Amino acid sequence: MRARIALNIKSVDYEFQEENWLVSKSELLLKSNPIHKKVPVLIHADNPVCESLIIVQYIDEVWSSGPSILPSDPYDRATSRFWSAYIDDKWFPSMIAFFFAQEEDAKKAAIAQMEEGLVLLEEAFGKCSKGKAFFGGDRIGFLDIAFGCFLGSLRVIEKADGIKLLNETKTPSLLKWADRFSSDTAVKELIPDTDTLAEFGEKLQAKMIANK
Amino acid sequence: MAEEVKLFGACGSPFSSRIQVALKLKGISYEYIEEDLTNKSPLLLKYNPIHKKIPVLLHNGKSIVESLVILEYIDETWKANPILPEDPYDRATARFWAKYIDEKCVAAAGKAFWAKEKEREKAVEEAWDCLKTLEGALKDKKFAGGETLGLVDIAANFIAFWLRSFQEIFGVELLTEEKFPDLFKWSEEYVEHPIIKEYLPSRDELIVFLNKRLQNLK
Repeated sequence: MRARIALNIKSVDYEFQEENWLVSKSELLLKSNPIHKKVPVLIHADNPVCESLIIVQYIDEVWSSGPSILPSDPYDRATSRFWSAYIDDKWFPSMIAFFFAQEEDAKKAAIAQMEEGLVLLEEAFGKCSKGKAFFGGDRIGFLDIAFGCFLGSLRVIEKADGIKLLNETKTPSLLKWADRFSSDTAVKELIPDTDTLAEFGEKLQAKMIANK
Repeated sequence: MAEEVKLFGACGSPFSSRIQVALKLKGISYEYIEEDLTNKSPLLLKYNPIHKKIPVLLHNGKSIVESLVILEYIDETWKANPILPEDPYDRATARFWAKYIDEKCVAAAGKAFWAKEKEREKAVEEAWDCLKTLEGALKDKKFAGGETLGLVDIAANFIAFWLRSFQEIFGVELLTEEKFPDLFKWSEEYVEHPIIKEYLPSRDELIVFLNKRLQNLK
């Protein structure tokens, strides 16, 4: 989703190939990403680019005349990169831990970790947005894309477990940001329907548990 | 305005060494602050409250953390001797390999070194897989270790020096000439590069560093 949001921001036409990777991975995917064998992969002029955040930066640099995705100031860029890495390396694993937790205690611990991370991200939003609508300012930027792609999954958890991960008390700014992000033209059609995503999550969970 | 650049690092840390190499490459003057990782300073905790780790770069009072983020920041702020290439595809490739080194290789090597007896064999094989991939990348010229040092070369310091030093200390064979001839040869030349060499710890310093890490892990 991150790559598609970036391409939409830049108004780049692209062909989307859905990979049914739970079942099997296509030849083209395995050839284009032989090391990690994962999606997403962007193929531009026959050159494959892998790893979602690397793809987003690539898109930003190639289509430089479109709206900028990364901020222009080096310190703001470093801040965006820092928080995106935090999301991928620390926060997202706690979401995975929740999905694979089979006992109540493990689920509670994962939720607590996610909530802690969300409070940090709420603070980061305050600093990065500088009073504007998005982490990136007036428009969606790198960190909005990095974090926003998880909103669908957050909603699945909220619906299934009856908890409000984004809420008025602890994350009021993120709560409002989430609505703005989801309704943005570059994003709108990409966030999966909560029930569809929940179904996919169940299949994934079953497959991962079977593989352990 | 006068530039104020400070680096919080630790002798023996490959991540800290990377930043020193980059700052030297760019000809930037800075104040180096050695951190005792078993007794972290209030300043370090103030400038990196989330991860509480070194390296931390302080530039005119603003802190930047995480070595790969710092390297890109340095490259974007000081333009001499670029660390990243100009072409977007080459940049994406460099970022991919730097990330691969940190996320896969460093992690796999760490697992192999610290593994308990019964888990060791599997951990070593995983580390060998990573090194095999790197050997392939080296053949494809994804990192060169030539006279110019790029992002991947700087990030690969762990492979060339730390991994080879640790394998001696721990008695676990990972990067050998027999298994990975090109990578081995590259590592021999790499540690002789004048700028890299300047920021490599001595064997004694490395042992002190390892002991502190052990203390922290307990």
